[in-house]
Amino acid sequence: MAATTPTETVAFIACHECDALLHERVLPPGSIARCTRCGGLVQRARHDSIDRTLAFLFAGLVLFILANVYPFMTFRLEGREQVSNLVSGAIVLWDEGLPELGILVFMTSIGFPALQIFGLLYVLGPLRFEQRPARHFGPVFRMILAIGPWGMLEVYMLGVLVAIVKLSEMATLAPGVAFWSFCGLIVTMTAANASLDPALVWKKLGAAR
Amino acid sequence: MSAAPMTASAAGLMGCHACGMVVRKRHAKPGQSLRCPRCEAPVHARKPDSLQRTTALLFTAAVLYIPANLFPIMTVISFGQGQADTILSGVIHLAHGGMISLALLVFFASVLVPVLKLSGLTFLLLSVHLRWQWRPRDRTLLYRIIESVGRWSMIDIFMISILVALVKLGNVATIETGLGATCFGAVVVITMFASMSFDPRLIWDVMEEEE
Repeated sequence: MAATTPTETVAFIACHECDALLHERVLPPGSIARCTRCGGLVQRARHDSIDRTLAFLFAGLVLFILANVYPFMTFRLEGREQVSNLVSGAIVLWDEGLPELGILVFMTSIGFPALQIFGLLYVLGPLRFEQRPARHFGPVFRMILAIGPWGMLEVYMLGVLVAIVKLSEMATLAPGVAFWSFCGLIVTMTAANASLDPALVWKKLGAAR
Repeated sequence: MSAAPMTASAAGLMGCHACGMVVRKRHAKPGQSLRCPRCEAPVHARKPDSLQRTTALLFTAAVLYIPANLFPIMTVISFGQGQADTILSGVIHLAHGGMISLALLVFFASVLVPVLKLSGLTFLLLSVHLRWQWRPRDRTLLYRIIESVGRWSMIDIFMISILVALVKLGNVATIETGLGATCFGAVVVITMFASMSFDPRLIWDVMEEEE
């Protein structure tokens, strides 16, 4: 890493949308604080944030594996059958000469969600069970937060829905184990993200170092 | 606006973009970088070159948006007969097939959202560039909406990826992807980067100067 000039820290919150300097409040769990100037979300306190996030992540990990191992959907038309997995679409796009699109679909539906699950487990696990920060927690947790918008499980599901409707006129479709696991994965990952309070995690990571 | 809070920047402070820690502004020594003591991210008072980067990305996306809509995103070939679909004709087919709610959903995600993002970000860039004082709170809200809604445009891309994987039955039915799909995917990704590189604090910096 390049040499860095030391910085001095201050116990305030700066609104990330309008830069207003605000005092940090002690919030009751389940409530949020908004910026007085622009209305942006500046603080949100969750119930048992780290415990709950970890619980949802473990459930998510199991469902993620199931969603990738079992068949996703079976397509039947005039006596012929085509079984596809979660990853099939990305592979076919790659094979058919659209590697950029294949990579995009793979990363947004499998790669980034996987990074998010493993990365969060890596950061939160040691913090919860050993009260110590993981090695290189800074870059790792930053990466997890940065890839948040790029994990698109729920958008993928809507894409599946539209595809099913489009095909239902001409063929029969049977969802497989992976399909239902994927539905569960969306719920658990949404819950994990909703219980995660990044500010709290940063604070604990910074204090435990 | 009464009792407007002081900004971090005016107080000689800056909030880390990555972890939110507030640090005192100072100049990095030559050849060194200023990093957050907690998360090690580079710290700066505003996102670097925000206006230039957002403008460049937005322009790229706007150019790509044209082929994304003109070229077919996929072609369904059934018993030797091909039917090409663009983004808009796909929506129209859904509507004709009686799937009004689904057609509305796809219309929202694939047509309305990209247009909203392109025009909304252009509007925000112009408003900062021309130093407008008009409704900063609402413009920040607009930015928040643009930032959160962008990912939903991926519906069409995902739909295509599922169709090409499922419908591979030789001459009975196959689906081929079109150039429009790649362009559209690029538009979604580039507009997401564009909205990420825009710094909403610039809207408020203009207000500050006039007070």
